[in-house]
Amino acid sequence: MNAILTVAGKEFRDGLRNRWVLAIALVLGLLAVGIAYFGAAASGAVGFTSLSTTIVSLASLAVFLIPLIALMLAYDAVIGEQEQGTLLLLLTYPLSRTSLLLGKFLGHGLILATATVTGFGVAGLVISIGAEDIVLGELVRSLGLFILSAVLLGWVFVALAYLVSVLVSEKSRAAGLALVLWFLFVLVFDLVLLALLVGAGERIGREGLTYLLLLNPTECFRLLNLTGFPAAQTAAGVTSVAADGALRPAALLTSLLAWIAVPLALAVWRFRNRHA
Amino acid sequence: MTAVIEFEAVGKRYVGVDSLRDLSFRIGEGEVLGLLGHNGAGKTTTMKLILGLIAPSAGRISVFGASPTGAEARALRQKLGYLPENVSFYEQLSGREVLTYFARLKRVPLRQIDGLLEKVGLTHAAGRRVKTYSKGMRQRLGLAQALLGAPRLLLLDEPTTGLDPAATRDFYAMVRELKDNGSTVILSSHVLPGIEPYIDRALILGRGRRLALGSIDELRTEAGLPLRVSARGDWRDTPTRWPAGVRPLAIGAERLELEVAPHAKMAALRQLAADSRTQDLELQAPTLENLYTHFSTRSEAAA
Repeated sequence: MNAILTVAGKEFRDGLRNRWVLAIALVLGLLAVGIAYFGAAASGAVGFTSLSTTIVSLASLAVFLIPLIALMLAYDAVIGEQEQGTLLLLLTYPLSRTSLLLGKFLGHGLILATATVTGFGVAGLVISIGAEDIVLGELVRSLGLFILSAVLLGWVFVALAYLVSVLVSEKSRAAGLALVLWFLFVLVFDLVLLALLVGAGERIGREGLTYLLLLNPTECFRLLNLTGFPAAQTAAGVTSVAADGALRPAALLTSLLAWIAVPLALAVWRFRNRHA
Repeated sequence: MTAVIEFEAVGKRYVGVDSLRDLSFRIGEGEVLGLLGHNGAGKTTTMKLILGLIAPSAGRISVFGASPTGAEARALRQKLGYLPENVSFYEQLSGREVLTYFARLKRVPLRQIDGLLEKVGLTHAAGRRVKTYSKGMRQRLGLAQALLGAPRLLLLDEPTTGLDPAATRDFYAMVRELKDNGSTVILSSHVLPGIEPYIDRALILGRGRRLALGSIDELRTEAGLPLRVSARGDWRDTPTRWPAGVRPLAIGAERLELEVAPHAKMAALRQLAADSRTQDLELQAPTLENLYTHFSTRSEAAA
């Protein structure tokens, strides 16, 4: 346990030092405030609009950004140290490979969580001050859920990045593969699902499609944040097939947690069973 | 003497290539072993096997009585120090931060760090980022890292690469100190004259096999290489009869060079000492480098 904390502490301090935390928090915070303020520009007005519109727009943006940030942060976790030559030394120390990977996950997870909570939290503060007819309790509840799911989404992609990092033999390949993953989960999956809906929608049925959405963590994230609001129906796109509540938030959160646990476990398993 | 390391018929096969074959040896406590061989002879593989970074494909390895890849591996690593060849560190951290990180991982009290930095002569650069370090400074930081927690067994792969002569001398003084405290040291080096005075025994590897193992004296006996004797004086005019096993290499106005087989050494020396032309005598036993060349070329000829 001590070793895990030591590794996590180093990763987190690295994240503070090379300004990852600051950069992510700034990007997310500025985007959130911007969206909240200009979100209604399409309808001809600027200024803070309804909470649901803001959260929906934020979610559609975060679904692209957060996986990308997480993959960039973590794709070289193992392969980077291997190319640098420090992995060899670390493995001769009294710490298990599992501890090393879990420590890194904890560190990277903390970087992402700190940045997300700070960025979106400050944005929430700005909204609560700037917007007029917003019920504070509602803001806290929906923004809280949004931040929680965004952090979980980030952790999912950190875990996926680790899996990439222990599978490849070169850092450049890890970067390429991470981009492919992002492309598949964020862009291609939607298109495939849409094609299925059009081509074989009747055979699979609405329920089948709903469960297909669980196969993609980004859809889980979208569903969590969109289904609660009426405005979601128009903005959710393909996701709206499941928007009528077939999937409860608890099920979606569980699915996200599984999406963290499974790739992480696979990465640990692979790391333990490969050559130094 | 209890064995710290024991190899029994150890083999290591990487995809299709025998990196190590049928290697057996024992190293006792407080011993300094020189691991010699060309590139690809199996030196680094041997070290990685001892460290438990890789598992042997054949044979049995025991380090402090336990298997380096077994259940006690973690306790074992507490007692080990390793300096890899071409060591590298986290560039963005300072020297002290690097050592702090490794000390935490090894559960070593952090107050050891300042002493170690001073020991390797890095106190003045401790707060600077490793990025700004020279090759020699990185190597010294690597040494400090290997010495964390006063390990009972040290594995040093090419430890003096990049060190200047003064630092190299300091380094070997440190090895001697470690040995006197009962630590066992294995070191590999290409600079054979450098390590000769400091090792108790040498293990010469070639293509993954053991070519020779023993103290320098034992290796000399095994190799039976001739000695070089040179006598100052003018030896040109009168031809001399030499005992069997003695071959003159050069006869000059100032110096006579002889190649003397080990069994003829005393006979040759007596004759030279009795000869009035001898003004001075110099005796050069085969060096570690000669022995190394002998054993490695012999194995190549046999292959």
